[in-house]
Amino acid sequence: MSGIPHDHYEPNTRAEKWLHNRLPVVSLLYDTLMIPTPKNLNWMWIWGIVLVFCLVLQIATGIVLVMHYTPQVDMAFASVEHIMRDVNAGWAIRYVHANGASLFFIAVYFHIFRGLYYGSYKAPREVTWIIGMLIYILMMGTAFMGYVLPWGQMSFWGATVITGLFGAIPLIGESIQTWLLGGPAVDNATLNRFLSLHYLLPFVIFGLVLVHVWAFHTTGNNNPTGVEVRRTSRKEADADTLPFWPYFVIKDLFALAVVLTAFFAVVGFMPNYLGHPDNYIEANPLATPAHIVPEWYFLPFYAILRAFTNDVWIVIITSWITGGIVDAKFFGVVAMFGAILVMALAPWLDTSRVRSGRYRPMFKWWFWLLVVDFVVLTYAGAQPAEGIWPAVSLIGAAYWFAYFLVILPILGIVEKPLPEPQTIEQDFIDHYGHKDDGAATGATASNPAE
Amino acid sequence: MLRKLSLTALAAALVASGAAFAQEDHGEEGESHSAAGDHSAYIENYSFSFEGPFGSYDEDQLLRGLQVYTEVCSACHGLRYVPIRTLSDEGGPNMPEDQVRAYIEQNGLEVWDPALRDYRPATPNDNFPMSSLANAPDLSLMAKARVGGADYIASLLTHYTGEEMEQAGSIYYENETYGGYLAMQPPLSDGYVEFQDGSPNDLHHAAQDVAAFLMWAAEPHMMARKAMGFTAVLMLGLLSVLLYLTNKRIWAPIKARVKDQTPAE
Repeated sequence: MSGIPHDHYEPNTRAEKWLHNRLPVVSLLYDTLMIPTPKNLNWMWIWGIVLVFCLVLQIATGIVLVMHYTPQVDMAFASVEHIMRDVNAGWAIRYVHANGASLFFIAVYFHIFRGLYYGSYKAPREVTWIIGMLIYILMMGTAFMGYVLPWGQMSFWGATVITGLFGAIPLIGESIQTWLLGGPAVDNATLNRFLSLHYLLPFVIFGLVLVHVWAFHTTGNNNPTGVEVRRTSRKEADADTLPFWPYFVIKDLFALAVVLTAFFAVVGFMPNYLGHPDNYIEANPLATPAHIVPEWYFLPFYAILRAFTNDVWIVIITSWITGGIVDAKFFGVVAMFGAILVMALAPWLDTSRVRSGRYRPMFKWWFWLLVVDFVVLTYAGAQPAEGIWPAVSLIGAAYWFAYFLVILPILGIVEKPLPEPQTIEQDFIDHYGHKDDGAATGATASNPAE
Repeated sequence: MLRKLSLTALAAALVASGAAFAQEDHGEEGESHSAAGDHSAYIENYSFSFEGPFGSYDEDQLLRGLQVYTEVCSACHGLRYVPIRTLSDEGGPNMPEDQVRAYIEQNGLEVWDPALRDYRPATPNDNFPMSSLANAPDLSLMAKARVGGADYIASLLTHYTGEEMEQAGSIYYENETYGGYLAMQPPLSDGYVEFQDGSPNDLHHAAQDVAAFLMWAAEPHMMARKAMGFTAVLMLGLLSVLLYLTNKRIWAPIKARVKDQTPAE
């Protein structure tokens, strides 16, 4: 794979040869594990392993939880309490699963923004990027439906609000909403299908993860310089890369252990910090909570959804042109999904020939502004829609779209990139070669890149 | 440039774990005290024995809280998700099993039996009875269902202003913590409950005792959870160190080779 010259698996014993001629599974594993990997990968390349771990963790804990959970509106909340109180270590499994979702999203946001900064989405890795975006969307769907299952107040009202978004689609919206819910409102049918899908989608994600990995194993990893690995000779390829095992497996496992240390501190000492107190109140269709707030990882897009109100000029104009078919609510829904769509289209919106943001002096500023924008939108999404927050959300949403639709296309034309290193080997030497002995023993020397 | 970010991310991960230690059990107490819900006008910050990663429930306090719950709260409120047998759990009130039976008998606890279609005396395996008053919320999870948690409960019980309001034939009582008028009249007052061990039974102490008991009711496995947290953090911390050293050793020859080469031509 990846067209980078490297050692291939040779079956030596008779048994190996026998199997290899029938099913080259060992060869596949060998090539996957020993894939030549750019030796200058930095610590932002560890999130992939964290994400794989999260997926496995969520599936493993989820399978156990479902053994004790009852998807019935009168019993769901009580069955979660049964898990928390009576099931052996049920509290641990549930807290790990609930906080595991947060870890999953923290990791995916680091992973996505790493891709945005280093131009990992650019040719020839567009398919990897698109599959990644599909995984991200499925993750959001899975997380959303999982949050409904405990049947607390936020579960119920969150489900009501989010499925209501589909009701905003002109003409066919209400039919779609009824079809999604399995009835006129969030009820038993909704709970049952959400459990079914919440169980199914992780396995779809698992399949897409395999394709995601297959795709970038075909193109080879990107790296902090964005310069491609030399493939013309074995010697050059060896100078640019190291096999995944053991160099990156151990490095990634170290990072994973550090991340999990923090994760288990949260699970052990503040497991409800990221949750909402209202979800410890059983769902009550007759009592609406004062503020319906989604989980933190949806907040940036929730802020974009709420930003487009009736008094925003672009909404007024759109509504006028379409004769009122597109109202503020539908506009907000389109904006929310559009915010993810424009990100998925980044490979074709970014016109710069230089991949890595490291060599793009203007891009850097706009990129970091996007990171700030993302954080501000997260914060704004948690605030009640009053005071300055609608305005902040609107500016944040505007910048999000401007970044992808205007700034990325224009930057590629007006920006004068800095010189890139000739090779990955050169980058690695630049980084480690001229350390004097004192500095080399310092903490930074252990960083295999940058 | 991203090196800074990645270091920051790593640092953030460490800080997060540190913060988890420092933040202590604000998870239990709900979220930050300033988070403005409509019902959190004033929440006093009490110091409970179970706060912090080293904090644990005070068995005597839980038993006093159980007494306050039984003599006062249970007149209207229930604990429908809490099995009575858990009163004898370690890391909780730790009541001997015969005392749990005696407690059921003394207080005449009854539960609805769908098979008999009638009430029958409770056994330790039953849950506490449900709320007997329709508009009295169940208290099983109250300490996790309000911003402020146990602090909220203790504050609510102690911050009635004395103002009353009549509406549609019912009297409502103004409460600073609730941030308005609520249907529950002030349930506790100084000396209302008499503790066997002679502990102070003024309003503030009794309120904190019952708040602690309700924290246990909502999070009965908190002690086991914190113990797990410590084990996990220590073992993973150790694993991190070992993997760090392994990683350093594996990469050392690669980096040493580079050092001999001339940097940037």
